[in-house]
Amino acid sequence: MITETKPTTHQIAVTVNGAEHSLEVEPRLLLVHLLREKLGLTGTHVGCDTTSCGACTVLVDGVPIKSCTHFAVQVDGREVKTVEGLKQGADLHPIQVGFKEEHGLQCGFCTPGMMLVTSVLLEENPDPTEEEIRWAISGNICRCTGYQNIVKAVQWAAKNMGESA
Amino acid sequence: MYPARFEYFVPTTLDEALEILGRYDDGDAKVLAGGMSLIPVMKLRFATPRAIVDINRIGGLDTLAEEGGQLRIGALVRHKTCEQSELLKGKYGALGDAAPQISDPIVRNLGTVAGSLAHADPQGDWASVMLAVHAEVVVRGTAGERTIPIDELFEGPFTTSLAPNEVVTEVRVPDPGAHAGGTYLKLERKVGDFATAGVAVHVSMSNGTVERAGIALTGVGPTNIRAAAAEEALTGHALDDDAIDEVSRLAAEAAQPRADLRGTEEYKRNAIRVLTARGLRKVKEGRS
Repeated sequence: MITETKPTTHQIAVTVNGAEHSLEVEPRLLLVHLLREKLGLTGTHVGCDTTSCGACTVLVDGVPIKSCTHFAVQVDGREVKTVEGLKQGADLHPIQVGFKEEHGLQCGFCTPGMMLVTSVLLEENPDPTEEEIRWAISGNICRCTGYQNIVKAVQWAAKNMGESA
Repeated sequence: MYPARFEYFVPTTLDEALEILGRYDDGDAKVLAGGMSLIPVMKLRFATPRAIVDINRIGGLDTLAEEGGQLRIGALVRHKTCEQSELLKGKYGALGDAAPQISDPIVRNLGTVAGSLAHADPQGDWASVMLAVHAEVVVRGTAGERTIPIDELFEGPFTTSLAPNEVVTEVRVPDPGAHAGGTYLKLERKVGDFATAGVAVHVSMSNGTVERAGIALTGVGPTNIRAAAAEEALTGHALDDDAIDEVSRLAAEAAQPRADLRGTEEYKRNAIRVLTARGLRKVKEGRS
């Protein structure tokens, strides 16, 4: 029987916002800390740290997950997208423009998660109803806006992305 | 918050996973599927396993299909897959109705049905559903495969009859027949909160009467509870108002709620009564 647990590390290869990284990680390193502390991508926020608030949401192979509740070692060979990966070249993504135009944020802490979840919603459902929008963002907590302007921002993005498509 | 240190293994076959689990003393190695319960308890250091065996890259564990007279739900089937499945409607409606009520949409992308059962949180929703539909859990250990009837799985809060080095590979639900239906109703304060109370109901009908009934309760006892007296009272009866009133009363009697920040004992017991009645009426309407 094994009697001692040593802090071994693992070599992982992960693509983050299109850039490939080879990193050495301790198994207990959480994905959110890999992103923020090792890669300097501080757009992903640590909110509740208890899988409740969604501020740390990132996409892994296109699927929204809470990066405070995922080990970095689990994303070996996967593609991660953070809020920094939303912009298209020098231009803001229409979802980002929508949050700006409709004042979809106040303190901005929940915004990265809200926008990433929105990006997946609009891919799957380009013309969501208000109810579908509220359902989609129900894993993300906002303590400022009362959600009204976030819904409007998503609607703005849906409308403008639909027109440009 | 950081979990305590652990060794990480990512096997690609079940045999390899079992071999790794076998190297550790009882309870020292934990199986990681969705991680939606395990990782939070590790961060809080309620759990400090010395090894994590990540089963996410083992092939063949993500089956969700009806085969040979039963529904098969593989260990890696996520809540989200259940939420979107056309299969989990009608006679398997208790499952389909429960899926979108689990936690929140982001958690549902990763969390698994089998993991929820193995975690055995008495406030977990799937356990009630699986009690109601009389499911069984298939597990593999180094000694081979065995099948655990759902009534023999839950032993207490966060405690199951699984051996420490066993892995749940599949949940199986017997085909309840064409004239069957069910639902799951949950009272929660907000999205993502645990149930204040929840009720799974499931009935198989024959000639206008209930041939087999399943009623199970969430969040009102040390484990999810089968309301056996309520099930018995419903069996052989039509789903009429009198039967629904009596069965709901018996379901509430089976509850063992404790007062907490979500409500008093009396409130939760009444919630069970109301949810049971609503659930049975919904099943009746869905069938008429």
